[in-house]
Parts: sequence; structure tokens; C-alpha cells
Amino acid sequence: MSVAEIAVLGVGMHKWGKFPGKTFVDIGVEAANSALDDSGIGWDEIQFLSGANTVRNGYPGWVSASTFANALGFQGCQIASSYAACASGATALSIARSQILSGICDVALVIGADQVEKGMFAPVPGERPNDVDWLRFRLMGLSNPAYFGMFARRRMALYGDRQDDFAAVKVKNSQHGVNNPNARYAKEFTIDDVNASPVVADPLRLLEICSTSDGGAALVVSSLEYARKKGFKDLVKIAGISTVSPVYPNAIIDMPYFASDSWVSSGDKDHTFKNQIAQHAYKEAGIKPSDLDFAEVYDLSSAYELDWYEHIGLCEKGKARELLHNGDTRIGGKVPVNPSGGLGAFGEAIPAQAIAQVCELTWQLRGEATGRQVENAKVGMSINYGMFGHGSSVIARI
Amino acid sequence: MSKNRVPAVEGMFRMDFDNPQLIGGRSKATGTYYFPKELSGSDPLAEGSTDREEVLLSTEGTIWSFTTASYPPALPYQITEPFEPFIICAVELEKEQIVVCGQMMPGIDIDDIDVGTKAKLALDVLYEDNETEHIVWKWDLV
Repeated sequence: MSVAEIAVLGVGMHKWGKFPGKTFVDIGVEAANSALDDSGIGWDEIQFLSGANTVRNGYPGWVSASTFANALGFQGCQIASSYAACASGATALSIARSQILSGICDVALVIGADQVEKGMFAPVPGERPNDVDWLRFRLMGLSNPAYFGMFARRRMALYGDRQDDFAAVKVKNSQHGVNNPNARYAKEFTIDDVNASPVVADPLRLLEICSTSDGGAALVVSSLEYARKKGFKDLVKIAGISTVSPVYPNAIIDMPYFASDSWVSSGDKDHTFKNQIAQHAYKEAGIKPSDLDFAEVYDLSSAYELDWYEHIGLCEKGKARELLHNGDTRIGGKVPVNPSGGLGAFGEAIPAQAIAQVCELTWQLRGEATGRQVENAKVGMSINYGMFGHGSSVIARI
Repeated sequence: MSKNRVPAVEGMFRMDFDNPQLIGGRSKATGTYYFPKELSGSDPLAEGSTDREEVLLSTEGTIWSFTTASYPPALPYQITEPFEPFIICAVELEKEQIVVCGQMMPGIDIDDIDVGTKAKLALDVLYEDNETEHIVWKWDLV
């Protein structure tokens, strides 16, 4: 299978951080205007707007496409609002792609933005004992960092990884992110800095767990024909998008569940949804892991980045540490991972994050990632996981 | 006078302090296990929810992984002040080939556990108010 491509004409971001004076709408509109400026396409020319929802900003956040369209000025284009947890941005992009490839529209705008309270993410309030996301907090205080801690401890037991290996991921990503004007933390951290921060979810420390953040990102995408008609050269193209759901049984426990699926019937105790996400993206793009020049992966924690090396096939299981310490995943290495600085340098703005990953893919492929450029980047992948089972991965190439 | 004891959630475990057991589900068609009986992943080869029979899960297993909650979890977790950090572990049950999370019983030292350590099911107070103790399953060392 190989799926037809679409073009990325413009990308834009609002810096990540804490902006209590702004709403998610302000943040999204700034990102959108920046993407429109980057593309040279006017808002009045946009035929479809795909919004990635935020569930932490009331009703306007649940109908983000009309909220953003209204803020930009209602001009009558078709719209869709979607929510898929951390995968929302990829889902919004995939809907825009469907509209373009089906011929319903030629050019679309994709926007995601968030503005959140400080502190750990919490489930939707109320008494909801039929919701595993609510139950995991109520029955055992199983917050997101606890999963990251368990994944890290599992690596230590299975592969002999050490806490300092995890801290080294944070150090690398902070060195990448220090040159990214959109990153929240413009600081290079050392192993000692990491180890001086308090333990949050053993063995992980505060500096190794991504913080909740405000931020916004947007893309202008179009058919290849439209791009050529408009005179665009050296097009960045979306070659694959993965929005797959899990194949039962997912033997590796994941958010928000407090039990794994049983592998009695499959006999495969290693099957994890996260491998499937990448496999589908590769299939659509018709490429293999060794074709990647770089990747943007969802480092919700330092140790989690190492898991992703294995899930996307950069190395065999248990070998991620070697890749890291060889310098392979550092800018200048064989396959740099998170040249943007990743979530370690950004924090997480849920509906914007997968879109921000595509912004970085685009800047890298255009050779415009000043201070953090991956040399001669031709193919890049972004990947993350949306809670409850939403895949999210994009392959872009030039 | 001792407080009234109620399960913190209905239908997920037996309220028997001497012989606690988790209540799961099993597919008659494929033999796969579920915990909880509902709300877990669904086997597409099984024939809908009527296929799930209620079963009691094994009470002993080995630790698949573990971590700490060193900071207070968010609501709806009910915090008893002052907050005491606790250990969370995921325990692999051999027969059911499933991993189930829970807090570890208070007082267990993190240095005494590792991936592969044996654990057994226990019941303990999750939180309490003036009249009632809300009970949940936890994992204990064997």
C-alpha cells in the first residue's frame, strides 16, 4: 500500500510555555496566522479548517474548528473538530488529508492549541465509576507519571538500563531545544541538574517528566496540484499518516488502563500497540525505518524516548541505550531524535503537540531549522500515542 | 466502635479480608481473561459481552514493574493528610497472563521489591471518613 501525498505549504507555532493572560483561541490564532504567512495563502482562500480540540477550555474547546474559524473571521469554509487525546493533531491532519485527496477541497488549515492549569493532568471531574480514566486515579492514584516510572523500571530490569541513561536523554534534548525559539525551556541541563531534582515516579525525577504546557501549532496543507499551480517548489510532502487503533490483545499496559489485556489467546506477551502505530505509517509511505533521516518522538519522560527508538524500529529491543550513547540520536548522529528538543524542552500542549511535530519535520526538511538542523534531511517521522488507543504518526519527505 | 467498611468500587473484588480475590471476566469463546470484567480491552474474536463469564483471578503473581507516587495524585484520588508517598506495582498473573496494577501495602520498602518479586493480593483502607472505611485491593509481599 502506498497512499497519495499532500503538500505542506506553511507551518506556524506559538511558543510553548505558560501564558495565563491568553486564551487557547489567542494562541491558536497566532499559530494559524503564522502558518498562513509562511504559506503566502490568505485565510479567505482556505477551503477547509480542521481543529484539534482541547477538553480543558469548556465548550469552545470541544468545537475548536468553529471557534478558530470565528476568531479568524467566519468566511464559510467547511470545518471539522476532532479529539483523540494526544493524537488529536494527527487526527485533524488526517481529516484534512481525506478532504484534499477526495477532491472535496484543495487547501486546508489545521490548528491545535491549548491553555491549561498548572500541575499534573487530572481526569474530567464528577463521579464516574464506569470510566477507567477516573477509576485509575480514584482506586490507586495511578497518574500519568506512574506509567512512565513503571516503563522505566521495566527497562532497568530487562535491559540493564540505569537511571543515568534516562537522565542522558533529557540532557540531549535540552541541548537540542536550547536552539529552538518555540521551546519552553531555553536551558541546557546536565546529569547533575537532573539528579538534583526530586523523584516524582521512581526512578524518574521532575526534570525527566514533561510538564503540562500552553502552546499552539498550525499547518497549511494542499493537494500537490494546487501547490504546483501556486508555484511552490521543493515541496515538503506528507507521505504517510497513521491513526490506527490497537489490535487485541495489547499485552503491555498503557494509559489509562490499570490492567493489561490477557495474552492467553495470542501467546504474545510483547505485543504492544506502539509498534503498530509506526508500522502503519511506514506502510503508507512505502518506506522502512532505515530510510529515516530523523524522528520526532513523544518523550513524555526521558526513559520513554528510549522505548520509542525500539517501537519505530531504529534498533532492536534493549539496544536504545547504545544508540543514545553512541551519539546516533543526537544532531550530527546517524538518525537524530527530537532535534526540536522534544517534549523535554517543550512540555506538552495536548492538541497542538502532534501538529508541532509536523512543523518541526517541515522546518528540518526545508533546511530552516536554524541552530538545530539535521544535515541533508530528506525523510522524517513523528510519532505519539493518544490515550485509550489512538495512534498518531506522520511521515514527511522532500 | 469500628467503622463501617465498604468497597471503594462495586464488583471488582471480593470483600473478604481473609481471602480477597479480584473479580474478572473470561471469554467462553477464546479463553481470554479480562480485568475488570467490563471496561477492559475487548477481544474481537469473542462474541460480545454476553460471552464474558465472571471468574475469580489468581491471588498471587510476580511484579512486572513498579514505581512510586512521590507527589499527591490528582482528584478523584482521596488524599489523607499528611500525604504519604506510596508504591504502585503491576503484577503479572501466570494463569490469566494478565498484568494488574495496584498500590503496594503501606510499610513495604522499595529496596525490598524488584521486577520478578512474588506478590499476593490484600485488602486495605483506601481512604476513610467519619463513619466509613473505603476498601480497595493492594499488593503485598508473599
